[in-house]
Amino acid sequence: MTGGSSMVRIGAVMLRHLYILRSSWPRLLELAYWPFVQMVLWGFMTLFLVRTSSWFAEAVGVLISAVLLWDILFRANLGVALTFMEEIWARNLGHLYVSPLRPWEHLAAMMSLSLIRTLISVLPAALLALPFYGVWVFDLGLPLLGFFIGLMVFGWSIGLFVASLVLRFGQGAESLAWVGIFALAPLSGIYYPIDVLPGWLQPVAWALPSSHVFEGMRSVLLGDGFRPDLLAASMALNGVYLILAGAWFLITLRIARVRGLLLQQGE
Amino acid sequence: MRDAPPDGNLGGNAAAAAEPAIMVRDLVKRFGEVGAVDRIDFDVAAGSTTALLGGNGAGKTTTLSMLLGLLLPTSGSVRVLGHDITRDARRVLPRMNFSSPYVDMPRRLTVRENLTVYALLYGVSDVAWTIARLSEELDIADLSRRPFGELSAGQRTRVSLAKALLNAPSLLLLDEPTASLDPDSGDWVRTYLERYRKRAGATLLLASHNMAEVERLCDHVLMMRAGRIVDSGSPGDLIARYGRANLEEVFLDIARDRRPATEDAP
Repeated sequence: MTGGSSMVRIGAVMLRHLYILRSSWPRLLELAYWPFVQMVLWGFMTLFLVRTSSWFAEAVGVLISAVLLWDILFRANLGVALTFMEEIWARNLGHLYVSPLRPWEHLAAMMSLSLIRTLISVLPAALLALPFYGVWVFDLGLPLLGFFIGLMVFGWSIGLFVASLVLRFGQGAESLAWVGIFALAPLSGIYYPIDVLPGWLQPVAWALPSSHVFEGMRSVLLGDGFRPDLLAASMALNGVYLILAGAWFLITLRIARVRGLLLQQGE
Repeated sequence: MRDAPPDGNLGGNAAAAAEPAIMVRDLVKRFGEVGAVDRIDFDVAAGSTTALLGGNGAGKTTTLSMLLGLLLPTSGSVRVLGHDITRDARRVLPRMNFSSPYVDMPRRLTVRENLTVYALLYGVSDVAWTIARLSEELDIADLSRRPFGELSAGQRTRVSLAKALLNAPSLLLLDEPTASLDPDSGDWVRTYLERYRKRAGATLLLASHNMAEVERLCDHVLMMRAGRIVDSGSPGDLIARYGRANLEEVFLDIARDRRPATEDAP
């Protein structure tokens, strides 16, 4: 009568969150709202800068593309962290972890949901950038897929790290899901090249996968071509961070089992 | 008045194994300097209904959490359905389930959505049929489209019980199974659980503060105080040994550290 596979259990966790999304159009709207507002704001900023700066005149899409790519990282992080926190708010972790769901299946479900949430968030803004400003971010071509993957995976790693902190230290750590990632923004070179940073800070910046992605994006948009070395560095760093974040999550889960945190979490 | 609970075959594991469904040996749980469970040993016979009783802070929830694998013991062993729960949880969890009014289900999801998610998590083969059958049996069919968070406490208890029965578990752990239910609904659920145990050959372990419920449902009682099992036996045996009229009076004697009447006799 019972059995079940990993795919079915991953699908079950995804279904639980998709039910919520489906039943709440304000949530869906909110997902797309902020990326759209960001795109509009930076779009007008770009129009102004194009008139006053020859550098921007040659690279109209740099700012808007940077805004959209940054949102991929931000939403990927939120997608994982919020999916986990939703279980805490619902006091549902106890039920989940006495079911046959394995921790890695839970991780896979959170990442898959993060992908869906990110696409819902960023795609409308990316499409609307064309009628608003004549910027078609998909002109980045195939490298865009690499940039997208690089930022998604880094976002997952950060989201897993935040989820682990929330599990370990309680809901006081929740705000890290929103503010923590902004600590990385200045180092990621979203709107400026990494060589703008002080020398001592540049190695720190280059240790982030996001820096390689944004540098690679500028290289394509400014006509210097696709830089496979930057993409490869981003992927390699992502592999390391994802393994570390996954291991940290599993270690934290074990600590939660030792300290009895799985039943204590909740609103 | 509600109809009597249905008596159909639930398809659970009817074979009563020789090995106890639960074997706990020298189990200790400490949270820092605080001892929650202190070297307890007990067995729960397969196919039986056993109660874990004790006052607040006696260690019942901590013990149940260790049996479920939600909490790792400081030392000692827990074997559930023939497997070490800390090492082989994946073999055991599909065959057990639990219900507690203190562990919520997602409130924004409807009853049907909640049950669908959990049926998939437990690998139930015919999700729609299983949910329809349990909804009818537990009288929650009319609630299927309502969000869990909008239900009354009694309705939630029945939905939580339906969730716990989705996989027709061989071992069912119940924390306050009739909490918040009116007497009629409480009696109905107790009858349902008795019939489920007989039909499915399942083992039930419940924590309850309702002593009349324990007297009616349970073959065996484990009495806890300050993290230890201080007495055990059948309800009738305990009542006789303490020279009391009912299990509630025995519970009070144990909670207040009074000796059994038989020990006071010359």
